[in-house]
Amino acid sequence: MNRMINEQELHSDRAPGVGKWLRGGDPLIWLNGAAVSVSVIAVVGLLLLLAVRGLSHFWPADVLAVSVSYQGQTRELLGEVVEQVEVPGAQLREAGFELQGPGPFFQRTLMKQGNRDFLGTDFTWLIDEQFGPRRYPLDVMVVERLEWGNFYGYLRAVSRFGEDPVTVVEHGEAATLEALQALIVDTVAVREEIHDIEQGEIGAINYELERLRLRERGLELEGRLDAAAQADLASKRAEQEASFRALQEQLYTLYDSIKDHSYSAELADGRVVTLPIAKVVRAYQPNAMNVFAKIAMYVEHLWEFLSEPPREANTEGGVFPAMFGTVLMVILMSIIVTPFGVVAAVYLREYASQGFVTRTIRVAVNNLAGVPSIVYGVFGLGFFVYFVGGELDQLFFPASLPRPTFGTPGLMWASLTLALLTLPVVIVATEEGLARIPSTVREGSLALGATRAETLWRVVLPMASPAMMTGLILAVARAAGEVAPLMLVGVVKLAPTLPLDGNYPYLHLDQKFMHLGFHIYDVGFQSPNVEAARPLVYATALLLVLIIALLNLAAVSLRNRLRERYKSLEH
Amino acid sequence: MQTHALDIQALKRDQAPSAGPAGPAETSLRMENLNLFYNQNSQALFDINLEIPRQRVTAFIGPSGCGKSSLLRCINRMNDLVDGCRVQGRLLLDNEDVYDRRVDVAALRRRVGMVFQKPNPFPKSIYENVAYGLRIQGINKKRVLDEVVEKSLRAAALWDEVKDRLHESALGMSGGQQQRLVIARTIAVEPEVLLLDEPASALDPISTLKIEELIYELKSRYTIVIVTHNMQQAARVSDMTAFMYMGKLIEYDDTDTLFTNPEQKQTEDYITGRYG
Repeated sequence: MNRMINEQELHSDRAPGVGKWLRGGDPLIWLNGAAVSVSVIAVVGLLLLLAVRGLSHFWPADVLAVSVSYQGQTRELLGEVVEQVEVPGAQLREAGFELQGPGPFFQRTLMKQGNRDFLGTDFTWLIDEQFGPRRYPLDVMVVERLEWGNFYGYLRAVSRFGEDPVTVVEHGEAATLEALQALIVDTVAVREEIHDIEQGEIGAINYELERLRLRERGLELEGRLDAAAQADLASKRAEQEASFRALQEQLYTLYDSIKDHSYSAELADGRVVTLPIAKVVRAYQPNAMNVFAKIAMYVEHLWEFLSEPPREANTEGGVFPAMFGTVLMVILMSIIVTPFGVVAAVYLREYASQGFVTRTIRVAVNNLAGVPSIVYGVFGLGFFVYFVGGELDQLFFPASLPRPTFGTPGLMWASLTLALLTLPVVIVATEEGLARIPSTVREGSLALGATRAETLWRVVLPMASPAMMTGLILAVARAAGEVAPLMLVGVVKLAPTLPLDGNYPYLHLDQKFMHLGFHIYDVGFQSPNVEAARPLVYATALLLVLIIALLNLAAVSLRNRLRERYKSLEH
Repeated sequence: MQTHALDIQALKRDQAPSAGPAGPAETSLRMENLNLFYNQNSQALFDINLEIPRQRVTAFIGPSGCGKSSLLRCINRMNDLVDGCRVQGRLLLDNEDVYDRRVDVAALRRRVGMVFQKPNPFPKSIYENVAYGLRIQGINKKRVLDEVVEKSLRAAALWDEVKDRLHESALGMSGGQQQRLVIARTIAVEPEVLLLDEPASALDPISTLKIEELIYELKSRYTIVIVTHNMQQAARVSDMTAFMYMGKLIEYDDTDTLFTNPEQKQTEDYITGRYG
């Protein structure tokens, strides 16, 4: 101790102040603080970027009406301002634009003009100096449609069954819009009815017909398809087909009941077009809306994003199936990985003799955690899908061959592949938990006449449960964000049905599913309409982060509760 | 030497005379040429021959590493858990060899309960801690469990302190209470022999006193073997004392005799504090 003090004095003689400051540990504290700040700023910045870019998409922005004149030609435009950037004039001149203004920089605006069916593109870059006066006419109407993206225009007439059009006499008249809204409500209700019949009852009939086909094929393969069986199958099939025809009639009636409703609207360039109401999702006049109406519309958009399936090649609508698929897959993965990981860890720590073989296995397990995920995807495809799935099909589903049932990528294989991917994490965490349990507690149980298995089951495993939860948390965090292996073993860009429905056996492990991570990739990079898709990429990414955070929070709170209960002995 | 003997008498004064080692006691545990090896090269116990009387307190004393805990752990075969551990010779509990191949270790440990140096309650409620041994035997009837839990906690002089919080976690108790809980847990399965491995070394003086009183209460029903570092404690609570050194049994006698008039020089040196 004395020697240390002397040395300190010696140093402070050489570099008074600085040396002492360095040795006092202050720089380390500052360094640590800085590192923490950078991390926090990075995380907050990431979330902010995702939130701002993603969430602003749902705001019903004002629609700008402007005339653009360039080289003596003038055209009228209607649209939402999406983005504004400063561009150097030289760059624009190089690109062949004639510029009037003096400035070295020019403002460019990205407008969403919609009306893809009439204008060709729904996004356009404009140079601001070509703009005439900007107007925000109150009666501009935005129509969200099932096809062709948004429509921007002035409502002129609404017709019920193609007859007796209600026409607009003067600008800003509300009656027509009300008539349109009423018809939209009707058609939406009918469309929902159609959807229910198609997905529910007709889906069930198709399912039943497929089962009958499989039974027939199965009997045929077994050589037991006699006349009686054939007659039985035929009668059942006829029954199903009869109800199918009845439903189809009903569907035709429903389709007919809405197909003639239409609305006429004037485009920015003065053309008047007539469009079917059957394809409308909703219509509103953003420029006439006050802030509360806009907030209501924002919430409606957000809810649509969370609760609806996507449309228009994933560039519109919601992400519900992807969200559902992600959560379901993570839950299945957890159900698979936890018992396997725990059992493996228990064996390694409690039963295996701690020799060379055990050490080698442990090293191998740790190294598995470092294997790139795409490698797991390839393994899953080769082993699970083609080998295991192929064998399962041969054994249990010969009737549907050559069409594979499990011999094709699907939910089960994706969950299994991810379970394999996260297995090392669970094993390592559980093993550490087991190692931390004081040996005195085990001995206490053994000394009371408990066997090792009883001790393990009644004392050791409950005490190690927080560690298992830690492993599971890490596993969930890794699995929920994983995309690469999933592309090989079961994720698709658009799945027509959810893997969980009302048809026996309710959970369809053989189905392909949608996943938020893959959805981001697909919308962001595979989309035909990049500009329309971009905000959805941010919004989806934010949603993915939130879902993972939510799953983690649930697991963490569960772990903390367990920890409180099984906190280790404090002596 | 004289002063020392007086001390022992003073310590023993408040014990009932009938509870002393007067009168012949039958043998509960007998060790014959017991050798213990932890692996090929290290032998922990050398030719131990010892007879432990029923319903008496026998203390093992000796310096650290002398093998007293190892000997204790031989009795309920806790050493089986140590890889490479091997026992030679015979260890008879009621004339049955504990190391016979037909012996069910779990059943043996129910007959020979053990309390460890550090209190090691399970992270369960007080009630469940005491009921643990019974539940393991498949006894789950609430009425039976309630009865045994109360009886055991009373026997461990803990009932009055915890009767209102039986279903709270045992980890919220003080160290001394925890140790008494562990004793209650052990006697709940009604063993014949109680092994106490330095039961009070992690406790404060008042808790230690309570444990010692408890030992004194319990010896009317159980054969008690206690390992202790603390010679005053050995003198206070035990009827018989064995002094061990370097894995060998040096001397074994009545506690009074051993402390007042040891035959061996080594024993005398140890109890008078010349080494240890």
